[in-house]
Amino acid sequence: MKKNKEILSKTEKLRRKLLKKAKRNYRKFQGIKINPNYFHKSQIKFIFLMLPMLIVTILPIVYIISHAFKSLSELYAYPPRIFASRITLDNFRNLILATSQTGVPFVRYLFNSILSSSLTIVFTILIGSLAAYSFSFLAYRFKKTLFALNQLAIMIVPVAIAVPRFIVMSELGLTNNLLSHIIPLLAMPVGVFLVKQFMDQVPRELYESAKIDGATNWQIYLKIVLPLVKPAIMTIAILAFQASWNNIETSSLYVDDEALKTLPYYFSTLTLGTSAIAAQGMSAVASLIIFVPNIVLFILLQKNVMNTMAYSGIK
Amino acid sequence: MKKTRKIKFNDAYFFIIPYFLIFFTFVIALIVISVILSLTYYDTINFPSFVGLRNYINLFTQDSDFMQYALPTTIKYALIIGPGGYIISFFMAWLLSQISHKVRTVLAIILYSPSLTSGVLMAVIWKVMFSGDTRGYLNYFLLNLGFINQPLQWLQNTHMIFGIMIFVGLWSSMSVGFLAMLSGILNIDKDLYEAAYVDGLRNRWQEIFYITIPSIKPQMLFGAVMAVVGTFNAAGLAAALSGSYPPPQLAGWLIVDHMNDFGFGRYEMGYASAMSVVLLSMVMVFYYASVRLFGERKVR
Repeated sequence: MKKNKEILSKTEKLRRKLLKKAKRNYRKFQGIKINPNYFHKSQIKFIFLMLPMLIVTILPIVYIISHAFKSLSELYAYPPRIFASRITLDNFRNLILATSQTGVPFVRYLFNSILSSSLTIVFTILIGSLAAYSFSFLAYRFKKTLFALNQLAIMIVPVAIAVPRFIVMSELGLTNNLLSHIIPLLAMPVGVFLVKQFMDQVPRELYESAKIDGATNWQIYLKIVLPLVKPAIMTIAILAFQASWNNIETSSLYVDDEALKTLPYYFSTLTLGTSAIAAQGMSAVASLIIFVPNIVLFILLQKNVMNTMAYSGIK
Repeated sequence: MKKTRKIKFNDAYFFIIPYFLIFFTFVIALIVISVILSLTYYDTINFPSFVGLRNYINLFTQDSDFMQYALPTTIKYALIIGPGGYIISFFMAWLLSQISHKVRTVLAIILYSPSLTSGVLMAVIWKVMFSGDTRGYLNYFLLNLGFINQPLQWLQNTHMIFGIMIFVGLWSSMSVGFLAMLSGILNIDKDLYEAAYVDGLRNRWQEIFYITIPSIKPQMLFGAVMAVVGTFNAAGLAAALSGSYPPPQLAGWLIVDHMNDFGFGRYEMGYASAMSVVLLSMVMVFYYASVRLFGERKVR
């Protein structure tokens, strides 16, 4: 009996050992493949190879964060230090004070930025997803031509056609009002393209059966397709937000009224020209204020973005 | 029967019209207008007068700032940042794809973060990092290590401004295209790799060239398009870096800067439009080059 038990525990031990080894081997096997399931030390070499680029990309961000909270004396300090030893909000206060000198309170710029960005997001999504739906599901004349044009237009960066846009904007009266911040940004070829690609993944049977059940295109679009392509919608939301939130051009070219300008424009005037160290602290705060909403939104939605990008291929 | 078809026909146009109106007004029409205006003299006050190809002739024969600075700088910048940034993006995406999910997500966000802002808005950082006095981070660092004896004027030296622009360009080169390539690699069928190894694939280089790149060609093309788009981000960067407009000796002066200068500084809209057309044709050349490289060959 006792011997039996001994043998049993021995086999149990062996079994565990083998299982452990098998698990380790499995992990190792998983670890060296594309898209591994586990972290394995063999992956460290890849991180090591990425290190220079990681440092280059993260340093400026670390830097603006620490610079924004540095006190004036530390901004002047020699030798220069990357991290702030004492955290102050002086720079934030200075920035808000500086805006009051222009006669427009800081909150006004912020309000303009938030309002125009949110309206841009909403309408870009609405207009873009409607177009994408028509490209993906509906049949009409010129569809192919329009889609080809749209695909080509992904390349046409707004900066390249700034001159004729200036003329069209003034002809349309899109100057000096809030709409000038919104309307020119609404056509986002890359967004329409991404949503269309994503919609192509929706099974055609779903569309057909809804059609047979008597649903109209509007119902199919709203009730069936839109919920299924949420990741792509989130992706254009991010892209639209970036385009609008970082936009300086509209405020500097189309809007004369200081009270209708947006935050990044005000910040860019702050950075340009002045080299005083006090302005550095304020500029760092400014960069931080522009940067933070971008990164937060991206972190929240990155899963959706990655999902969408899987279908981003141009054939 | 006829009636339902008609309804369907109308329906589809309702979906496309809102987008098309804006797309037409702010993309297609603008391209047409730049082509037309490029053949005129237009100062925004008087009605444009037709001058034929004079703008183009002036641009390429009279305008020494364009021929000596804007054009070569733009071509040089595009040729370095376009392919360079693109290769780095692919390489980073490939490395990232071999790391487990959680770590990968964090690293991808770090690498992508520069694209969330703009080089121009971040000018304050570059100004402090490359500041010309001993307080500049780079100068301080190099002085301490003994590489240089006195602080270098990074932001006033014409060659260095261009170098810093290249640095900033590479810094922000991991754009949406990078995410597309990463996502593409992650979605490659794993069996493909196993099968290839069974069939005698020997190393990672072969893996990249025979499996990875052919599998994500469509994403590679999207990435290439985004890389071309990304080269425009440097507009106005040189001025922001040097703190003077225009930058000293027109260092880092790109066609876009030259165009904005003529268009919005001197109101020579016709002439600026000619530059816009030159720029668009360059973009098209890049586009067709990338389609030839990565587009799927049409089988006849």
